[in-house]
Amino acid sequence: MNISHLELGPMRRALMRNKVGALLIALQIAVTMTIVINSLSIVIERDAMMQRESGLDENNTFYLTSTGYATDYNGQVTATEDLITLREMPGIVNAIQINAIPISGGGWSMSLATEPGEDIDGVSTAVYMVDQHGINTLDLEIIAGRNFQQNEIRWRQNGMTNWPEMTILTEAMAIALYESAENAIGKTVYIGDDEPMTVIGVVDQLQAPWVGWDDLENAMLSPENLGWESSRYLIRTQPGLRDELMPQVEEMLAQRVEGRIIRSMDTITATRDRSYRQHSAMIKILLTVIVCLTLITALGIVGLASFSVQKRTRQIGTKRALGASKATVMRYFMLENGMISTVGIAIGVALTIGLNMLLVDWFNLTPLAWYYIPIGIICLYIVGQLAVLGPARRAASIAPATATRTL
Amino acid sequence: MFSYYLRLGFASIRRNYILSSLMIVAIALGIGASVSVVTVNYLMSSNPIPHKSDQLFYVQLDSWSPHSPAQEPNEPPDQVTWRDATNLMAAKPAFKQSAIASSGAVIEPADKDVLPFMASIRLGFSDFFSMFEPPFLYGSGWNSQDDTNRNYVVVLSKEMNDRIFGGENSVGRSVTIADAEFQVVGVLNDWQPVPKFYDVTTGAFNDVEDVFMPFYMKQELELNNGGNTNCWKSPEGEGFAAFLNSECINYQFWVQLRNENEKQDYMTFLNSYVEEQKTLGRFERPLNNRLSDVMEWMEIQEVVADDAQIMLWMAFMFLFVCLVNTVGLLLSKFSGKASEIALRRAIGASQGDIFYQHIVETVCVGLLGGVLGLVLAFAGLEGIKMLYGDFMSNLVKLDVTMVAFAFILALISSVLAGLYPTWRACSVAPAAQLKN
Repeated sequence: MNISHLELGPMRRALMRNKVGALLIALQIAVTMTIVINSLSIVIERDAMMQRESGLDENNTFYLTSTGYATDYNGQVTATEDLITLREMPGIVNAIQINAIPISGGGWSMSLATEPGEDIDGVSTAVYMVDQHGINTLDLEIIAGRNFQQNEIRWRQNGMTNWPEMTILTEAMAIALYESAENAIGKTVYIGDDEPMTVIGVVDQLQAPWVGWDDLENAMLSPENLGWESSRYLIRTQPGLRDELMPQVEEMLAQRVEGRIIRSMDTITATRDRSYRQHSAMIKILLTVIVCLTLITALGIVGLASFSVQKRTRQIGTKRALGASKATVMRYFMLENGMISTVGIAIGVALTIGLNMLLVDWFNLTPLAWYYIPIGIICLYIVGQLAVLGPARRAASIAPATATRTL
Repeated sequence: MFSYYLRLGFASIRRNYILSSLMIVAIALGIGASVSVVTVNYLMSSNPIPHKSDQLFYVQLDSWSPHSPAQEPNEPPDQVTWRDATNLMAAKPAFKQSAIASSGAVIEPADKDVLPFMASIRLGFSDFFSMFEPPFLYGSGWNSQDDTNRNYVVVLSKEMNDRIFGGENSVGRSVTIADAEFQVVGVLNDWQPVPKFYDVTTGAFNDVEDVFMPFYMKQELELNNGGNTNCWKSPEGEGFAAFLNSECINYQFWVQLRNENEKQDYMTFLNSYVEEQKTLGRFERPLNNRLSDVMEWMEIQEVVADDAQIMLWMAFMFLFVCLVNTVGLLLSKFSGKASEIALRRAIGASQGDIFYQHIVETVCVGLLGGVLGLVLAFAGLEGIKMLYGDFMSNLVKLDVTMVAFAFILALISSVLAGLYPTWRACSVAPAAQLKN
């Protein structure tokens, strides 16, 4: 360690002679660090967002829309018979009619409040209109209270704007309104300012249709079947049978009643991919940037170090002739790189924090977690040392006799 | 002399081909990343109707709840109610105006072999066509009589006409939509404004609708609501009429105003309209009406996605790193040529000649990087299209402007990168070098 201590002085003076070259590498390291750390923080945040669960049995669920167009088409009769036929089909666990599909991007929202009145601030929630089979089809678990009963389900016809007498909430919604699931049971909530609904049950988890929404976990179930011309069916199959059943169900429904079309059939897994596509694309693009950038910076270090080894071949030979060991020569170049990296990283830390502040300010990103910075520092030191390893080895292998030769 | 320097340049590039290809690849990556991301941003922020974007205005009326604004801080709602849309249309004080809305319905082709299918609908008034100028393949838009008389007329997109009538001139023929018989009056040619500025409520880069029909068909056929429907209070009463009469917003409103005077007059009209409605017990919020021209409206609606802007920043920083990398490598390369330069200087080349020679070499590296960068940009845009799917398909077209931009960017950045190393190369002292 003594020797290296002594070496630092001459090393610094040698670097000062090629200030620009060293500074360029330092700058490259600094900007690379800025981009990599900020990108990584975005990547990790988006990834965590994509890991959230919808609450559904996602791999075994699909949905479709039935739209009647004939004048004599009867939405209520068709839906009743469709549901009976679907629930009897082998391989299908359960099926429901529903007004909106979780995490699909389109749906209904309402505001619930614990007191009536126009000026009371409510809690926003997604609304799912389902019958007593909703719990099973959506793969929900009742953690307090009870499910709807068949005689509590009403038909919502075109243009109806009022609400049923009872509702089931998700746990997140129950906590937002009443602090706990148990506490919510039996309470009256007010929908659309002043219409009362009694909370009869609380389920574990069901996400709203909008994945970018802050209140994604807020949802309520309304005990209704839909008598509209156009209605959606959500179908849960036994594990592994989904893809096989989809075309069968489509054909069965299309054949069963005339004057309607079956459309927009899709799986929940495809819906999830579509809803999160923007985020998965961002993750992939940023990861590509991180890899390319690190490679370019590393290759830049290799290039400049190789060049400086080549330029100093005679000095290195002389040093070796005067008794410097191979290890000393290698250590010289590694340490030199370490010094440059230190300058680069110091600038990089400042730039990283600066860029992050701008990103937070302009794009409302989450601020960087502190530990990204030490991790980044260590990684960049390692990249620098690995990059310089090759040229340093070549320097160490210069024969002492080179000193006596002219180039 | 130029061709000689060109030869020298290529010889020098070949001699240090590892170093040279590293430089070329670095520039190419930087250019490729920047050009593809700039293309997406450029198309997102492009003006979809440049010759009249400053004459078309989006109308906002603050019909929202007296207790809270539609959006903080005190922003009026982004759409209007059916009542306001139809009232403003009935008054008609602007040069041109059209309320618009989206919907969907089943089309039953006359040809029984073609299965019925769901089509997207754009509801509007006759001025829609003269305001937004979609190109017509056959026929034309309907006229204002058709609006007021509620005539069952439609304009089809080119794609719809192909699907229903096999691409023939279908003007005058009939088609069944939502179980009602419509007469075709026009067929559009390909039309896809980017962004789809006239309605950005469910995304600014969606496809244009399949079918266009008079606005009042919404009421006639009780068509469903497309896009976003927001209500600050529930409709009073039951049924479709109650919904149309409610405070629910689902309609967009555009006017064409040719100059500042017309704009002021229209604003005065809007304010007096709202004052009049206030006497009927509506519009309980303070007067807060807005007129935004196309580009202002795109800005307010934040049509350029945050992610695209973040990527733009990252891409330029990426290019910066690539350039710094190139400067460093060129510096090394040229200082390795010190003895060659000294020799050339000693046998009579001036500093200017040396500078010229090396700038030619640098520009060659830059142009090679630029060409490769353009290829990477194409690949990058394909990648973006693949990653984002439909949403991006209208946004990843590389046009002449962007190709030119790529070359200028490559040229400027390589010259910038080469300037300092070249200057250093010129300042070699011939005598000192030759002594070695």
